[in-house]
Amino acid sequence: MSIGLWTVIFVGGSFALYLTIAWWARVRDTKGFYVAGQGVPAAANGMATAADWMSAASFISMAGLISTMGYAGGVYLMGWTGGYVLLALMLAPYLRKFGHFTVPDFVGDRYDSNVARLVAVICALFVSFTYVAGQMRGVGVVFSRFIEVDVTTGVVIGMAIVFVYATLGGMKGITWTQVAQYWVLITAFLIPAIAISIMLTGAAVPSVGLGANLRPELADGQVVSLLGKLDQIQTDLGFSRYTEAFTGSWDKVNVFFVALALMLGTAGLPHVIVRFYTVKTVKAARWSGFWALLFIALLYVTAPATAAFARYFMIESLNGKTAEQLPSWFHNWEKTGLILWVDNGDGVVRYSAGADNEIFRSGTLSGTELSSLMVANQQWIDSGGAEGADARLVLREKKLSGPDMDIIVLATPEMAQLSNWIIAFVAAGGLAAALSTASGLLLVISSSVAHDLYYRVLNPKATEQQRLLLGRAVIGVAVVIAGIFGIYPPGFVSQVVAFAFGLAAASFFPAIVLGIFTKRVGTVPAICGMLAGIGFTSWYIIACVFFGMAPWNFGIFPAGINPQGIGVIGMALNLAVTLGLTPLFPPPSAKVQEMVDSVREPEDAGAAVEIETAPEH
Amino acid sequence: MAVLLSVWFVAGLGCGVLWADWLNQYTLPGTAFPLGFWFAQQGSIVVFVAVILVYCVLMNRLDRKHHNELVEIRRKEGR
Repeated sequence: MSIGLWTVIFVGGSFALYLTIAWWARVRDTKGFYVAGQGVPAAANGMATAADWMSAASFISMAGLISTMGYAGGVYLMGWTGGYVLLALMLAPYLRKFGHFTVPDFVGDRYDSNVARLVAVICALFVSFTYVAGQMRGVGVVFSRFIEVDVTTGVVIGMAIVFVYATLGGMKGITWTQVAQYWVLITAFLIPAIAISIMLTGAAVPSVGLGANLRPELADGQVVSLLGKLDQIQTDLGFSRYTEAFTGSWDKVNVFFVALALMLGTAGLPHVIVRFYTVKTVKAARWSGFWALLFIALLYVTAPATAAFARYFMIESLNGKTAEQLPSWFHNWEKTGLILWVDNGDGVVRYSAGADNEIFRSGTLSGTELSSLMVANQQWIDSGGAEGADARLVLREKKLSGPDMDIIVLATPEMAQLSNWIIAFVAAGGLAAALSTASGLLLVISSSVAHDLYYRVLNPKATEQQRLLLGRAVIGVAVVIAGIFGIYPPGFVSQVVAFAFGLAAASFFPAIVLGIFTKRVGTVPAICGMLAGIGFTSWYIIACVFFGMAPWNFGIFPAGINPQGIGVIGMALNLAVTLGLTPLFPPPSAKVQEMVDSVREPEDAGAAVEIETAPEH
Repeated sequence: MAVLLSVWFVAGLGCGVLWADWLNQYTLPGTAFPLGFWFAQQGSIVVFVAVILVYCVLMNRLDRKHHNELVEIRRKEGR
């Protein structure tokens, strides 16, 4: 059977499963809608958290980034899992004990101010929307390659599915759907990785295969390790060695800052924090933190293996091939524009780091721009350089060298020539990853608007019915906005995602940590701190990314600080401003101090604050 | 908890980043992994999982102890 047919079967089957679960788990009250009635077992919540967490970025883009970046790709691995440790140790159990619905709720109540609540709502909305846009792009990539429908149709189908199960089941529906999605995505990630690992090294565990020797028949009978071979071919082609630490602008300072910013940002992501509100007890919140990281780690230790395998196939199957010898995966993906071959006239493909590189991607170029470029290139070849233009120069200047990193995971099974059903299953896995994260984020958007903004600020007298209706309506509006982002992706999604992490690191993380661990910090210093952190971080990123400001080097860091890592300094600034202003302002009211005490008290672990009896509910 | 956070820092940012180039001259015994590379892409994650596991066990034990003490006190007061 063809890949297309298998994909329709797997994707259709998984969608039907999600909808069935949603129908079974439909809810009627706000508690069920926002926190799944707080009745989710720890292990299931762990799986749901893992699916929520592992977005299209983890599933589709991360291995691709590592594949291209080599050692420095580790910042994403360490950043996203390391942030989890902070979250599970310092935030989750305490926030669960506090027992409200959302992060802005905590910020608003702890600092006893609607201004603080508003700042938090805006951050939560910004972070969530940026993220959803990325997910929808992932959905578009999968649909356009595998089912060969238009990207627009693909995104609309995805939007409809998410809308149905998110509005029907709220958090409860989303949680149980995410449990199913976790299994789909993890098997889809592991099966090809295991198959390729056996194929290349004979080791069945991909993480072991990564460090093992290549099969003798792949290395001309010599004993050479996979990583050794990769280092060698990378050097031959002018790239830096795959395992080399600190190359180019990724020097030690930047790797450190970006990893730390991702960790701190991760710990402040609202859609993951809210997951810890769905379990029964504080104890369960801790255990679900553990389960979640365990389930996440399964994918995260496999991703570097997939990345290295893909790098190996990518270089081996392209270099030195003529047009007829090019593998079929190349032609399949060429249609999407995510990988291009621009010949220099000798008819042989060369993928390298130098001026002779012939592998590119189309990026944001339109179809007509691209075809006129290719025509000019053909003229240039035919005329021996007298007419037309060398398209390679143009593309290199536009920084479009090398294939698009998003295709690595999706194309690797094809590169390794695995069976069609595996390739199709990977497509379903990519969709599961994108949809699970999108639904979690949509719920955060909905709760931020309907609960924090409408119920807590605008109309505290709203009835249960009104709030539920508004929550569902907001999801509808948010789905449409996210879908528009998916159909017309802004060209700067990846920079904006870095922005989201930086903002989360510079705003939520310090505010929540100080909120839990000090009783002295009052309203005004906290708001000033958050505004200082956000203001500085956004200014630096906007100036660097959109207006070409040279990154700061503070006179000591030769490469300057990567905008992705600036959140660390933003956070330090937030802490400095907050703590510096604290002695000048009165401490919070007795009621708030009592609340902090109750959140930190270890006793009565069995009975966390019930939402109905929580103060001010 | 401070100990756990320092393990987090040493394994992730220490071995994975700060000393990665120095550690890279060694390989993980029995495999081809340069040690710094291994910490950045595999080891740190394994350590993170272990840190959370230890935290869960210890904190839950602490919570239970406090809970039992509290019950004890209440019972005495009741008498």
